[in-house]
Amino acid sequence: MADAATPVVIEASALDQLISILKSKGFEVLGPVRRDGAIIHDHVESSADLPRGWVDAQSGGRYRLHQEGDAYFGYTVGPSSWKRLLHPPEQPLWRCGTRDGEIRIDAAPVDETRHALLGVRPCELAAIAMQDKVFLDGPYRDPHYAARREGLFIVAVNCSRSAETCFCTSMGTGPKARECYDITLTEFSDGRFLANAGSTEGTEILGALSGRPADAADVDAAEAATDAAARQITRRLETRGLPEILKTSPEHPRWDEVAARCLGCANCTMVCPTCFCTDVEEINDLASGDSARVQRWASCFTADFTYLHGGGAVRESSRSRYRQWMTHKLATWHDQFGTSGCVGCGRCITWCPVGIDITEEAAAIRGSTEGG
Amino acid sequence: MSTVLAPNPQADPMVPVLARITRRIEEVPDVVTFEMEAPDWNGFAPGQFNMLGVFGVGEIPISISGPASEPDRLVHTIRAVGPVSRALAGLAEGAALGLRGPFGNEWPVETARGRDVVVIAGGLGLAPVRPVLYHLLENRNDFNKVILLYGARRPEEMLFTGELSAWRARFDIEVAVTVDHAAIGWHGHVGVVTSLLRNVGFDPASTSAFVCGPEIMMRFAARALVDAGVAPGEIWMSMERNMHCAIGLCGHCQLGPVFICRDGPIFDWARLKPLMMQEEL
Repeated sequence: MADAATPVVIEASALDQLISILKSKGFEVLGPVRRDGAIIHDHVESSADLPRGWVDAQSGGRYRLHQEGDAYFGYTVGPSSWKRLLHPPEQPLWRCGTRDGEIRIDAAPVDETRHALLGVRPCELAAIAMQDKVFLDGPYRDPHYAARREGLFIVAVNCSRSAETCFCTSMGTGPKARECYDITLTEFSDGRFLANAGSTEGTEILGALSGRPADAADVDAAEAATDAAARQITRRLETRGLPEILKTSPEHPRWDEVAARCLGCANCTMVCPTCFCTDVEEINDLASGDSARVQRWASCFTADFTYLHGGGAVRESSRSRYRQWMTHKLATWHDQFGTSGCVGCGRCITWCPVGIDITEEAAAIRGSTEGG
Repeated sequence: MSTVLAPNPQADPMVPVLARITRRIEEVPDVVTFEMEAPDWNGFAPGQFNMLGVFGVGEIPISISGPASEPDRLVHTIRAVGPVSRALAGLAEGAALGLRGPFGNEWPVETARGRDVVVIAGGLGLAPVRPVLYHLLENRNDFNKVILLYGARRPEEMLFTGELSAWRARFDIEVAVTVDHAAIGWHGHVGVVTSLLRNVGFDPASTSAFVCGPEIMMRFAARALVDAGVAPGEIWMSMERNMHCAIGLCGHCQLGPVFICRDGPIFDWARLKPLMMQEEL
């Protein structure tokens, strides 16, 4: 048993202890699982469900898993972000129908399940913090997001490995978690973990795991593991002065160039852990005559996103849609929420079917702007 | 003095209340005005809008076109142009509809105190500025000259003609109207609404302008007002964009650094000009 403030070294077997303690406390535990050739998030019953020994190879438009080593958390990030849980692709809002001759509107109940997330990457913690600003800190709160978020218990896992598409070091979000977690783990190559608590509840749960207080060598080893992941990162996004450069370059020829490659498929916005746009749609039940309204993920890459009667789409061209997406992410997000809207997870690069690379596009606009 | 109503943090802002149409007025072809009653309606500030929904069809933003000084009277004017607005406009007296709101900011009438006020409206844009006209006339002594310039495409598309006539008969408001296309029997001015600016007198150094209409008309109106000497920061306009939530969360109404629903819909030209002059922003 360790002192609350001291990091603890735990064996891999403590993962099962951790999962069962979380379950006994009423949490539904979600973590990484391997499915359909990708690491996604789903229910985990025990450490046997974790994708041990599987790592990913990612590049523009490409994602493949292969077996290598025996780390539980050797992969980086897959196509699903935790947005799928906290701000799901489809969220019922309300239902309306006639009951005893009266029209009634019933709000969709909020999800009060307490979820424990296992294996949240530092860049994903940053993404959750960004969506918190959108959904909780504005003049209006999203009650569904708030309910899921409030009950959350987060076990973060620092990165000991990075993918070719990662650029968290440019965005200041990784590869080591700094905030917004209950427990953080760093996996050592010998199968043990260094564990830190980041909240009272995290301290309590960590204290119940079998382990020993970490010594300076353990802490240094964990530091070395995340440093190694940071050193592996070759992709860079220079953020200095970028908001101004993008906002003052709406007519840059590079937008035409990227528009010629962009398919407007919206994949980047779906996999992005911070993109939050939604449509509100009406659903009719022909049998009961009830109608319901649901909120669904939307994308600024679609034609109807900006449709106005009389004028059609405000952003008609692919050029203007890509420009909107990237300028919002890297420039106007600062105006609206005080931070960048990009965490450097690289998903938009990997899952773009033509491999458009946000870091390359930003550099192209910066390069010719600065170069005169 | 009207104030922007603070959102209720407890309620789910996406869930409507059940409103009912108490009176239906056919204004011109395809345009109707509804008087409505809604539970817990506490009034609005001129310039604000509601989300009106037809069950089974959908929901759209509609500005409030009645007087803010009568919080019990909720008035909306709707033009049937799309699937939802057609369904809305087709509702009969007594029909139920969904209502969320009020949302958005208000015309900054307080900053116009003691100044000349020029209201420029195009087409259906007269509806969103009608609450501000009511306010100006109800508090007439707070303002210097009050001028309304209104343009419609055709004489038969002019809105609120009864009220326009009544206002023209008053000596404390100057009203000038124009049409793009005249018809037999039209003896008035023909031309774009900005051409009316030449015929009215105001002190540009002490003028606040409230503009609402099609975007191209607002751009030209702003240019004409600036040319006349009105400060860009004193020219206010109400913007329209696709909206799904009205609470700054759906992203559809983004215009550069702002969300029209959350930060507007009313902005001054100094802020809007760089955003409106950029195509497809």
